[in-house]
Amino acid sequence: MIDLAGVAAQFTELMLAILLAPLLTGWVNQCRAWLQNRSAPGLLQPYRTLNKLFQKEVVLAHGASPLFRIAPYLIFGSLALAAAIVPTLDIDLPLNAAADAIALVGLLALARLFVSLAGMDIGTAFGSLGARREMMVGFLAEPALLMVLFTASLISGSTSLSTIVHTLAHKEFVIYPSMAFAGVAFTMVSLAENARIPIDNPATHLELTMIHEAMVLEYSGRHLAMIEWAASLKLFVYSCMGLALFFPFGIAESGDWLGIVLALPALLLKLAVGGAALALIEMLSAKMRIFRAPEFLGSAFLFAVLAMLVHVLLES
Amino acid sequence: MAPELPGVQFEPLAGSVAAWRAAVDAQQWLRAGEDIADRGGRLAALWASDDTDRGAGLCVRALLVSFEGLICLELRMPERDASFPDLSQSFPCADRMQRAVHDLCGARALTPDGDAADPRPWLRHGAWPEDIFPLRRNVAASARWPAQPDAYRFVTVEGDGVHEIPVGPVHAGTIEPGHFRFSVVGERVLRLEERLGYTHKGIEKRFEQMSLADAIRLAGRVSGDSTVAYAWAYAMALESISGAQVSERALRLRALLLERERIANHLGDLGYLGNDAGLAFGLAQFSRLKEDVLRLNARLFGHRYLMDRIVPGGVALDVDPAAIAVLLDEADRIEREVRALRAIYDDHAGLQDRFMTCGRLAPDTAVRLGVVGLAARACGIALDARAHPGYAPYTELQPKVITERAGDVAARVNVRFEELFESLRLERRILRHLPAGERVAPLAVAPEGGFGFGWVEGWRGEVFVALEAGAAGTVRRCHPHDPSWQNWPALEHAILGNIVPDFPLINKSFNLSYAGQDL
Repeated sequence: MIDLAGVAAQFTELMLAILLAPLLTGWVNQCRAWLQNRSAPGLLQPYRTLNKLFQKEVVLAHGASPLFRIAPYLIFGSLALAAAIVPTLDIDLPLNAAADAIALVGLLALARLFVSLAGMDIGTAFGSLGARREMMVGFLAEPALLMVLFTASLISGSTSLSTIVHTLAHKEFVIYPSMAFAGVAFTMVSLAENARIPIDNPATHLELTMIHEAMVLEYSGRHLAMIEWAASLKLFVYSCMGLALFFPFGIAESGDWLGIVLALPALLLKLAVGGAALALIEMLSAKMRIFRAPEFLGSAFLFAVLAMLVHVLLES
Repeated sequence: MAPELPGVQFEPLAGSVAAWRAAVDAQQWLRAGEDIADRGGRLAALWASDDTDRGAGLCVRALLVSFEGLICLELRMPERDASFPDLSQSFPCADRMQRAVHDLCGARALTPDGDAADPRPWLRHGAWPEDIFPLRRNVAASARWPAQPDAYRFVTVEGDGVHEIPVGPVHAGTIEPGHFRFSVVGERVLRLEERLGYTHKGIEKRFEQMSLADAIRLAGRVSGDSTVAYAWAYAMALESISGAQVSERALRLRALLLERERIANHLGDLGYLGNDAGLAFGLAQFSRLKEDVLRLNARLFGHRYLMDRIVPGGVALDVDPAAIAVLLDEADRIEREVRALRAIYDDHAGLQDRFMTCGRLAPDTAVRLGVVGLAARACGIALDARAHPGYAPYTELQPKVITERAGDVAARVNVRFEELFESLRLERRILRHLPAGERVAPLAVAPEGGFGFGWVEGWRGEVFVALEAGAAGTVRRCHPHDPSWQNWPALEHAILGNIVPDFPLINKSFNLSYAGQDL
C-alpha cells in the first residue's frame, strides 16, 4: 500500500529544497558582500536572475548535439533527486529509505558527468579546459566524500542516511572525535565540489581561470537558468548533508506534519549560520593555483581516512 | 655632449630633454642602431611620415635612447617601394612598430637579404585594403573601404599533446579587446602569441586635421588611464617648438596631477591584482580608496581622470590653501590605509603563494626586449624618465626610483606599493612648497616645420610624443608612443612555463594599454 502521507511529505520536502536553494545562494552572496564592505544585492537576487534567464531566448552553438540541450534538465534532475534523498526536515520519508549514501554520491557524480560532457560537446577550448579541470577535482573529491560518509556509516552501522542521522541525532551528549576529522574533510570537499574559493571562483569573469563556469559558458536562456538553479541546488544538498551529518539536531523523525513544521525553522537557522560561515571562508582565502587543488583535496582525503582510523581505534 | 657616430651630423633640438636629430642613409641607420644597442641604448619609438607633398618622399624616424640623451634618426625614402633596413636584430621591440609603419605609411622594413622582416600586418585588420596606406597624404581622412578578408598567420606549435587555446578579442568581462593564442600542453603554456590592433581608430590621421592648440585634447584621450602623461608630453613637445617658458608653479601642478594619476592607477591595480587571485576583499578596499581619489579630483580639479587639465603653456586649474589642506589630509589618510592593507596582502599566505615566482621576467630578457616603466623596474632595471633624463620639475623634486629584483608578479605588486608611497611623498612636497606664478604662459606661434619631443614618465612607463608643426598653427604630424609597445612582447615571455589559469594575474600585473598602442 502506498503511504499517501509519506509521499505528500516527501513531495513537500523536495519542493521546499528546490524553492529554497536559490535563497541560500542569495544569502551567501549577501554575506560575502557585507564582509567585503560592499552593499549587498537583495536576498532574492538569484530568483530575479532565474526569472530573467527563463525569459531570454536560447542561443545554441552550431555544433551542439541533442546532449547539449538535454544536459541541463538531466543535471537539474539528478540534483533534485539528490535533494530528495538527503534528510532535510524529516528522516522517515519514502525516498530516504530507497537510496543510501553511496547512491547519493553516484547521483552527484552523474550530474558532474553531464556538465562535463555538455562542456566538451560544443568543442570550444574553454569547455574542454573546464571539463578537464572539473574531472581532476571530481576524482579527488569523490573518494574523500565517500570516506566521510563511511565514517558516519561505521558509527551507525548502516549506509542508509536515515539510520545515520537517526543514530547521530540520538546521542546528543556523545562527542565523536572521528566526526570532527570527518567534518574538516567534508568542509574541504564541499568547497571544491561547489566551485567555491579557494578551488574555483563563482564570481570570476576571467575565462582562463574558470572550472565550473568554463563548462557552461556556451549556455544561455532557460538552459543556463536550469544550470544556475542546479548549482544552487547542489550547494543546498551539500549544506543539508553537512547539517544532517554533523548538526542533526532539530530534525523530525516520525514523519508527522507537526514535526516537519517544527523542523523548518531549525533548518533555516542552521543554513543561515552555515551560509555565513561559507562566506567567511571565501572572504578570507585567495584562490589557489590550480595545481594546489590536488594537495587540498588530498588533505581532505587524509582527514577522512584519519576519521575512520580514529573511529576504529577510539570509538569501537 | 653630442653623441658620435661616424659620418653622422647631429643637430641639437630645443626643449627640456637633451635630444639630437640626424638625417641618415640606410647604411648609417643600421650602423647607428647596432652601435647604440651595443652601448646599452634602447629603441624608444619608431614611426613614419609622408612628406611627398613637399617632394621629400617618406621619412621613417627611430627614436633611440642612449646615455647622452635622445637620438632621433631620420631616414628619407622614395615614395615607390619605400623600404628601410630592419632594426629588429638590434632591438626586438622594433618588429611590431615596423609592421605598423608598413600598415599606415607603406614603408617596409627589409632584412639585409632584401626580404620583408615580418610581412604580417599589425594594425590593419581588414578595415582597409592592403595597398592603401591611411597615413599617406593622398588618402582622405574620411575615406571608407568595405571590410577586407582578414587572414593572419599565427606561429603554430606542433607536437604530441600540444593544443591551442584562442582567447578573445571578445572576453567574458568588460575589458579591452586583444587576441591571445596559447599553445599549451595540459595546463603548461609553451607559447603565447598576441594579436592586437582591434581598437585602431586612426588617431594619428585625426591629429593632422587639428590645430596645435586643440590637439592636446586628443592627445589626452589616446589612453584614458594615462591622460595626464599624454597631455603633458604633448604640451612639452609643443612648448619646445614654440619656445614657451612654463612657470614653476604650473610645472609643479602638472607634477601634482601626474602623481595623482599614478596614485589612482596603482590603487586600482592593487585591488584588481588581489581580485584576480580570488581575494575580492582587496578589490573592494582599494576600489574604495581609488574612488575617493577620483572624487576629490572631480571636486577640486573638475574632472575625475584629470582630462584637459593640462593646457599648452601651463595648467587649467589652481589650488588655494583650503584645497592644499584637503589634499594633504587625503594623502595622510591614503598612506595610513594602504599601509594597513599592505600588511594584509603581505601576511596572506594564499595570496603570496599566487604572487611569488609567478610570471617571472628575467632581467636579461627585459633588457633585450627594451622593457620600460614599472615592468622594467620590477626586474631591477632602474628606468624612470623622471629621474633620468629628468625634466622640470622632477629635477628638483628628485623622485626615488623604486626597483625590485625578482621580476615576478610579487615584484610588480611591491613596486606599485612603494611607488604609491613615493608619489604621496612627492604630492606632499609639491603642496607644501608651491611657488607663486602664472597658470598659463603665453605661447608664441609655432614655426612651420618645427619639430619637438615630449617625454613623460606615466604610471605605466615612459610616454613619448613627437610633434611636427604645419602651416598656420596646425599639426603636420603627431606620433604618440605608449610604453605598451615595448612591454606587450615581454608578456609573451613572462608567461612561458607558467600555467594557463595564472595568465590573467600575470597580465594584470603588467596592465598594458590596448588603446594606447592601437592608436
